[in-house]
Amino acid sequence: MKYVLMFIETEEFAKEFEAKGPAEREEAYRRVYQWFDDHRDKITDRGNKLQGPETATTVRLDGGVAMTTDGPFIEGKEVVSGFTEIDVADLDEALRMVRTWPACPVVEIRPVAEM
Amino acid sequence: MSTEDELARVVRDHAGRLAGSLVSLLGDFSAAEDLVQDAVEIALRRWPVEGIPDRPDAWLFTVAKRRGLDVLRRQQNYRAKLSELQRQDDHPAPDDRLRLIFTCCHPALAREAQVALTLRVVCGLTTGQIAAALLASESAVAQRITRAKRKITDAGIPYRIPRDDELSERLTEVLTVIYLLFNEGYLSSTAERAHSRDLVDDAEWLTALLHGLLPNEPEVAGLLALIRLHRARTAARFTPSGELVLLEDQDRTLWDHTAISEATALLTRTAYRHHAPGAYQLQAAIAACHSEAPTWAETDWRQILVLYDMLLTLQPSPVTCLHRSVALSFVDGPEVALTELDLLALDTYPLFHATRAQFLRELGRDAEARVADKRAAELTANPAQLDLLRERLAR
Repeated sequence: MKYVLMFIETEEFAKEFEAKGPAEREEAYRRVYQWFDDHRDKITDRGNKLQGPETATTVRLDGGVAMTTDGPFIEGKEVVSGFTEIDVADLDEALRMVRTWPACPVVEIRPVAEM
Repeated sequence: MSTEDELARVVRDHAGRLAGSLVSLLGDFSAAEDLVQDAVEIALRRWPVEGIPDRPDAWLFTVAKRRGLDVLRRQQNYRAKLSELQRQDDHPAPDDRLRLIFTCCHPALAREAQVALTLRVVCGLTTGQIAAALLASESAVAQRITRAKRKITDAGIPYRIPRDDELSERLTEVLTVIYLLFNEGYLSSTAERAHSRDLVDDAEWLTALLHGLLPNEPEVAGLLALIRLHRARTAARFTPSGELVLLEDQDRTLWDHTAISEATALLTRTAYRHHAPGAYQLQAAIAACHSEAPTWAETDWRQILVLYDMLLTLQPSPVTCLHRSVALSFVDGPEVALTELDLLALDTYPLFHATRAQFLRELGRDAEARVADKRAAELTANPAQLDLLRERLAR
């Protein structure tokens, strides 16, 4: 089954990351790369890391006219910061994978809709 | 035993088994569950009139199969499954209920959904019975179950016994669900509700089933002993007019002493084989201390205190500390107990104030005791509720 993992950052995590020195950041990135490498047979699309929510623009189309606003669709302390697509047997396998994720503190697992 | 009880029991013994084998057969949790639920509904209508068949399992299977064939015929893509189901005779299938339990209690489902689903799929309760037992509306329960089933299918929740390295964590989840059922049933049982579904009975049955399927899991045995020790006191828990009798006032000759010694023996056997006891074993051991005491005054409070200390290292919680303080008051006196109690952040918890009041009274500080009692009363809806909480404290 295919799932998309949505990586979610908290304000606290972002601040902690900001405070890190270059060597520490290097190490954090290295662990993320290592994770992707460890699970490469299950990753069907590495997806992307996203820029911060301050760069987001939201368009609402349900009001008759397209409404463009600055910011993410939900203002909150937790924001999606990246995504990856995986293909595994079932939710338990996805859960096992996510438990070893070395970076941001929240991950949402969503099954991909079969079209 | 009334016919209704017998009916419920027979359905429970077979519905989960049937669900287990149909899920394996069809590979579709939701569809299999629908068939079982239909068969159960039909059985509940017909058995009271026609009598319970000699082979209820075969009867249920035949009905479910007939329904299933009807449904599947209308869905082309189920052709392979259809022939699978047609080939299947009504011999009892292997017991797949362990997989079923783990699926119903999967951590990706909300707790409420786990509870409703377990009652329906494993115990064979109808939606109406679940709603009555949980004091929820039928439509809310139905919606909870529909959502949960959809999530199982859509999110790819597997129908499988967890891997060895994941078993203990997942088993904890299952035991939490059963413990919740037990608590719900135990605390809501009153004389007036004697006719509604006895969730305590379902909780015991589930734990016994689990214990049969996983005999070497010490916490399953612990929970089973805990439930049985509490049930052994049933006859003494209410006055003939239906008022709750607190543990300290119960007529201990009414307790089921055979059940108590069996549960205690189970606990001892388990403790002997596994060294570090888990939380359910410790709670059962505390219940056993109460059950073995000839009177409230002769309770082995020192032993109970030790058990609470062990429990607190596993599960630190202010409510457990509150329970411990009662034992402490018997061992070291109310002053020491009050000092400990006042460290707890439980200001909105009525039992905290009721316990405080008791310690204060023992210390002769009556005015303060009255204030605490009043605060406890303000925080609870009714005095019966407070009695329940007091009883819980004595567990």
